[in-house]
Amino acid sequence: MNKDSKEHMLKSLRENLRFDGRRLSDFREISLELGVSDSAEGSARVRIGDTEVIAGVKLGVESPYPDTPDQGNLIVGTELLPIANPAFEPGPPGTESIEISRVVDRGIRESKVIDIKALCITPGEKVWAVNIDICSINDSGNLIDCAALATVAAIKDTVFPEFDGESVDYKKKSSKRLPLAKSRMPVTVTVVKIGEHLIVDPGFEEEAAIDARLTVASTAEGVICSMQKGGDKAISTEDVSSMIDLALLKAREISKVVERA
Amino acid sequence: MALCVNEKEIVVPGEVLATGMDNLPASGTFRDGDQIIASRLGIMEVSGRLIRIIPLSGNYLPKRGDTVIARVTDVTLSGWRMDINSPYLAMLSLKDATSRFIKKGSDLTQFFDLGDFVAIKIINVTTQKITDLSMRGPGLKKLPEGRIIYVTPSKVPRIIGKEGSMVSMVKKNLDCRILVGQNGVIWLNGSPKAELLAVETIRKIEREAHINGLTDRVGRFLEERLKQEAPSSVEK
Amino acid sequence: MGYDKRFDGRRADQMREIEARVGVIPRADGSAYFRIGRTIAYAAVYGPRNLYPRFLQDPSKGILRCRYNMMPFSGSGERVRPGGNRRSKEISMVTENALMPVLNLDDFPNAVVDVFIELPQTDSGTRCAGICAASMALADAGISMRDLVTSVSVGKVGSSLLVDLTYDEEAYEDEPVSDVPVAILPRTGQISLLQMDGEIEKDELIRLLDMAKKACWGIYEVQKAALKERFNCVKAD
Repeated sequence: MNKDSKEHMLKSLRENLRFDGRRLSDFREISLELGVSDSAEGSARVRIGDTEVIAGVKLGVESPYPDTPDQGNLIVGTELLPIANPAFEPGPPGTESIEISRVVDRGIRESKVIDIKALCITPGEKVWAVNIDICSINDSGNLIDCAALATVAAIKDTVFPEFDGESVDYKKKSSKRLPLAKSRMPVTVTVVKIGEHLIVDPGFEEEAAIDARLTVASTAEGVICSMQKGGDKAISTEDVSSMIDLALLKAREISKVVERA
Repeated sequence: MALCVNEKEIVVPGEVLATGMDNLPASGTFRDGDQIIASRLGIMEVSGRLIRIIPLSGNYLPKRGDTVIARVTDVTLSGWRMDINSPYLAMLSLKDATSRFIKKGSDLTQFFDLGDFVAIKIINVTTQKITDLSMRGPGLKKLPEGRIIYVTPSKVPRIIGKEGSMVSMVKKNLDCRILVGQNGVIWLNGSPKAELLAVETIRKIEREAHINGLTDRVGRFLEERLKQEAPSSVEK
Repeated sequence: MGYDKRFDGRRADQMREIEARVGVIPRADGSAYFRIGRTIAYAAVYGPRNLYPRFLQDPSKGILRCRYNMMPFSGSGERVRPGGNRRSKEISMVTENALMPVLNLDDFPNAVVDVFIELPQTDSGTRCAGICAASMALADAGISMRDLVTSVSVGKVGSSLLVDLTYDEEAYEDEPVSDVPVAILPRTGQISLLQMDGEIEKDELIRLLDMAKKACWGIYEVQKAALKERFNCVKAD
C-alpha cells in the first residue's frame, strides 16, 4: 500500500471508523459449523466475515517420537489453497503457511487442551497421532485467527475410529472423543497496529497497511499460552500491554461462540 | 416466435436464445446452424434484429479510448508501466506523459511514483493487447490520496448512469468526490462517513444493476440512509 | 444372483443427490460448489491474468491451467499427503481437456485462466464433480464459453449398467467392476472426457454413454439453475 492510501486509511481510523464500517475493536460476524467433512475424524468450518477456513483432524496409530515415548503425536499443517486468494500458488507450504501452522500448533500444545499422555497406547511403541490440517477456502483477511478457531472447533468434533490393537478401521467411528480439557480451550486473537491505532480482525485491505501485529492465544481462564509478534515495525512495552488487553477481551467474546458450537 | 428466452432474462453459456434466421448474433452470442446461442453469463438484450448479452461478470479488457484508473507498478528509463486491472500491463511513455520537456536521465518518479493512482486514457491496443496510455486530455491527472475500490467492469455503465446521472446523484447527496474508471477501478475522496456510504451505494448499484428501476431505488436508498445518520454526522 | 440391487437403494440410472451453488468464494473471479452424494468439490477461477514465466505464454490465445487437489482429510482411509501425486496430475490434465472444447480464450493472448479444484470430502466421482464445479466457476468468471460442461461416472457392476457409482460399488468384490467417468457438452451431446478401467463390451459402453448423457442433462439443469440463482437471488429493495 502506498503512503497516500495509508494516510487516507489513517484519517478514517482516527474517527474510529474502518473502511468496511466497523469500529476499531469490532470483529466481523463469526460462524462455526462442525462435522463438515465426514472423511475426517473431526472437522469444522469457520467463517469470520467472508474469510473461510476448513480444518480437519485425521487420527492414526504411529510410533511415538523417541524423546516423548508416552505421548501422542500432534502435527498441524496449513494449506493456503490457491482457491482462497489470487496471490496463493499451488506448491509446498511457504513462510506464511508455516507461520500459521506453528502459531496454531503452539496454542494447542501449550494450552494443554489435549491430554497428550492419554493418547499413548503402548509406551515407546504405539501412540495416536493427531493430524490437524487447516485449509483456506477464502481469504478476506485474518486467516490466522480463523485457522486457530477452526482448529479448536475441529478437535472438539473429533471422534476416534475403531482400533483393534493392530489396525485402524476408518469406516467405523467409536463413541470415544478426543481427551480434552474444556477450560483450557485456547482462543487466538491477533491485534494489529496501523499507525497509532490498534485494531482486531483486519480485512485484506487493512492487512496491506499493517505496521505490527501481535497474535495472542489464551484459554477460557485467561491464561496466555502462546504469542507471536509479526510485521516489520517494532512495538513498545506499552503497545504489548494494550494489545494483550484487547486480545484477552476479544478472546472472552469468541470463546462463547466456541462453547455454543 | 423466434426468441427462445424473454428479453432481460439471465442466461448461461450454451443456452439457445433464438432460432431461425430473423435475428443476428451480436456480442456475447454466436450462431450455430439456425440457432443463436449465448456464450456469456448475462442478460439477454434485443435491439432491432440484434441479440446480445450484457455480461454480469468478467475481467476488464483494454479498449482504445477508455479512461481508466491505473496504478504505477514500475518506472523504466522511457516511461511507466501501469496496472490497469486487466490481464495486461500498460505503458505510459515519456512523450505521452507531459507536454513539459524532460531532460534525459531525470528522475521520473517526480511525475508518477510507484503505487500512485492516475486517471489516464488508453490510446492504443494491439491484437497482442500491448496497451499504450496517455495523460494528454481533459480530466487526466495523478489522483490525490483517496480510497480505491474495485467493481465488476461490466457494471461500470450503470454506476456512471446516463450522461453521468447516477454517479452525480451519489456525489451530490454525499459530498464525496468520485471518479469511475472504465476498468472497474473507482477512486473516492470525502469524509470517512461519506466515503463509507458512497461505497455502500456503489455496491448496491453493482449488485442490482440488472434489476429495473435502479435510479429510483438508489435515490430512495440515499435519502433513507442520510435520514438515519444524525444530521450532524455527515459533513455537508 | 449378481449386483441387481444397489447398496443405497438407487435405481440403475439414478444419481445421488446433487447440490450446486455459485459465487461461494468472494476473492475469486468465479467460483462454485458442487456436491453429489458425499463427494464435494469447490472450484475457483482466477483470470484471465498475467502469466509468468514467459515461456509458458501462447501469443495466439489464453491458456487454461487446472489443478485438482484432495484436502488431506478428504480420503476415506488414512490422511492424504498434501501436494500433488501422479493421480492428481493426471486428473488435472484430463480436467483441462474436458473443459477446453467449450472455452474461447482467443481474446486473451499470453494470459492464463487458472482453475483450482479442491475436495474437502470424497466418495468416488471426484473428477466428475470437479469438472461440474469448474464449468460453473468459469461461467461465473465471465469467460466466453460455447456451452457448460457436465460430468458423471457410469459403470458396470456384475452385469448391471449403473450411473454414478459410489466407493462401495467401485470396490464390489464378488463380481467384476468397470468405471467410466464421462464429461458431456449438454447442447451437442459431445464427449470431452472418457476414461475407463475394468472390462466392458463395446455395445455396453455405448449404452452406458447414453445413460451418462441422460444423467448429464439432469446435472445441466442444476448447474443452470445455480448460475441464474446467483443473480436472481438479489432482491431489489
